[in-house]
Amino acid sequence: MATAVLSTAHPTPGQGAWRRFRRHRLALAGGVTILVLVLGSAFGPYLLPFDDTYIDILKRFAPPLSGAHILGTDELGRDVLARLMMGARVSLSIGFVAMVIAMVVGIVVGAFAGFYGGVVGAVLMRLVDAVLCFPTIFLLLALAALTEPGFVTTTALIAATAWMWVARVVEAQVRSLREREFAVAALAFGSSNLRIMFRELVPNAMAPILVAATLNVAKAILLESYLSYLGYGIQPPAASLGNMLNNAQIYLTSAPWLAIAPGVVITLAVTSFNFLGDGLRDALDPRMNIS
Amino acid sequence: MARYVLNRLAQAVMLLVIVSAIGFALLHLAPGGPLSQFAASAQMTQEDLDRVSKQLGLDRPLPIQYLDWFLRMLRGDWGKSYRDGEAVLSVISSHLGATLELMVTATIVAVLLGCWIGILGALRRYSLFDSLATVGAMIALSIPTFWFGLVTIYVFSVTLGWLPAGNRETVGDGSFLDLLHHLIAPALVLGLVETAMWGRFMRSSMLEVINQDYIRTARAKGMPEWRILTVHALRNALLPMITVAGLQFPTLLGGALVAETVFTWPGMGRLFLDSIGYRDYPVVMGILMFSAIMVLIGSLIADILYAVVDPRIRVG
Repeated sequence: MATAVLSTAHPTPGQGAWRRFRRHRLALAGGVTILVLVLGSAFGPYLLPFDDTYIDILKRFAPPLSGAHILGTDELGRDVLARLMMGARVSLSIGFVAMVIAMVVGIVVGAFAGFYGGVVGAVLMRLVDAVLCFPTIFLLLALAALTEPGFVTTTALIAATAWMWVARVVEAQVRSLREREFAVAALAFGSSNLRIMFRELVPNAMAPILVAATLNVAKAILLESYLSYLGYGIQPPAASLGNMLNNAQIYLTSAPWLAIAPGVVITLAVTSFNFLGDGLRDALDPRMNIS
Repeated sequence: MARYVLNRLAQAVMLLVIVSAIGFALLHLAPGGPLSQFAASAQMTQEDLDRVSKQLGLDRPLPIQYLDWFLRMLRGDWGKSYRDGEAVLSVISSHLGATLELMVTATIVAVLLGCWIGILGALRRYSLFDSLATVGAMIALSIPTFWFGLVTIYVFSVTLGWLPAGNRETVGDGSFLDLLHHLIAPALVLGLVETAMWGRFMRSSMLEVINQDYIRTARAKGMPEWRILTVHALRNALLPMITVAGLQFPTLLGGALVAETVFTWPGMGRLFLDSIGYRDYPVVMGILMFSAIMVLIGSLIADILYAVVDPRIRVG
């Protein structure tokens, strides 16, 4: 006699998360946009006949769609599209690398503060509070004034002004997770403190960390663009989305296209990461849904 | 209540000490340290530098120097600008008015508009208005403020010619209407981000409140909907906004700096950037400390105010 077999397979948490994520169409659109931007800035420059730093004084200020230059040329006759793709490459790289550094610092500080609590926790978290008292942009510019500008310093400075939020998130998570049974069990097995912190507690706090990481990239791209716009970030002739806007204000009347393209790409990238972060938040942990 | 305030004050003082220690450390990290002004000039020999260093007390142990510096800060002696020898604190205060004018105007716009959008969005959750407002807020938060300023200048100053492209007043005019005319663009640019923030927080606060039991009770009693909204829901939903105002303050200050750079607004942010350009470290560090102290006081006021209006806080 054939019996109907009940499916005993429960949807895994991962599947549920994926379903919720797909529902969040804007997050999906954000993810696709990021993919396009990454691929475009990685491979786009090889498809163009122009070099991003090639100066052609005779072809200065060519408006978009006039001849070979799709997005026109800038004040030195450089191809705007080529610079845009190289600039996006630099800006996105800074966004990612700064995020990774901020994550590592934030996770370590947060894990130690949350796990040990007491004096260690209090000292570390008061330090976090104190750094958070400085408005990000003020701190970033003051630090930039003390250092030589460039890719490495720009990335490091942005990370230096972004790790505190991660530390707060991780501290709160670790503080509550360390009381849970699996953490107590790990302790009973004789696991070392470091092992419990980074093999048991932090992986269990991955959902909010991932959300923070995504939003962090968005923030880092914004900060880089502002720093470079003011001339304290990436230095010409190398392009970044921010330093392309460096001279745009001067030529706003005669060559507005110089200001439009980089700004649109920055907005697109930042919006995408923000939507992706929001979508991840909904998908990974419905309880964290604040909006 | 007194205990809560005292507790919170003690926390603020402790934070101030750490904040000042960070500021002191940065001052010493500056190229040449506190002596950079003298080190830059070629006529100074190493002996001269050593002598000045001794005069300024820079040969003492760092903790003593820090204590001395901290006490001088408390007395209002923040050092002198390299540029014109003016006292740092008076340079800052002469630029503060313009910044506050910008911040207050943008905040008024943001609070009124943001709260309205947030409340309406919460009441008509998932409606077309709500969806548009949510997406719009996210985009507003993602646009680089300086670029939005550039676009505003291009549209309203260059193309339409309606608004001035920068500065606080027309030289030689300075009437109220002239000031207002100059204020519109920077205040709107700064206000956009703020509006988006307030809208998001207001919406989630309102959503939380309207699902509470006491709202259902009020409805069950047959209370008219407008009364439920204004007397019961809104009063409670607006409370957390005090905290939001405190949390928002650093972002608002940073945004003001950005708006000031694009619109050449003669405020603290503009002064900060000019001072960085001149390597005028005393002013740079002074403004950095000043902004941090403003943030510190802002969050202190927000916390105390919240405890005053919401008795539940004082216990915890």
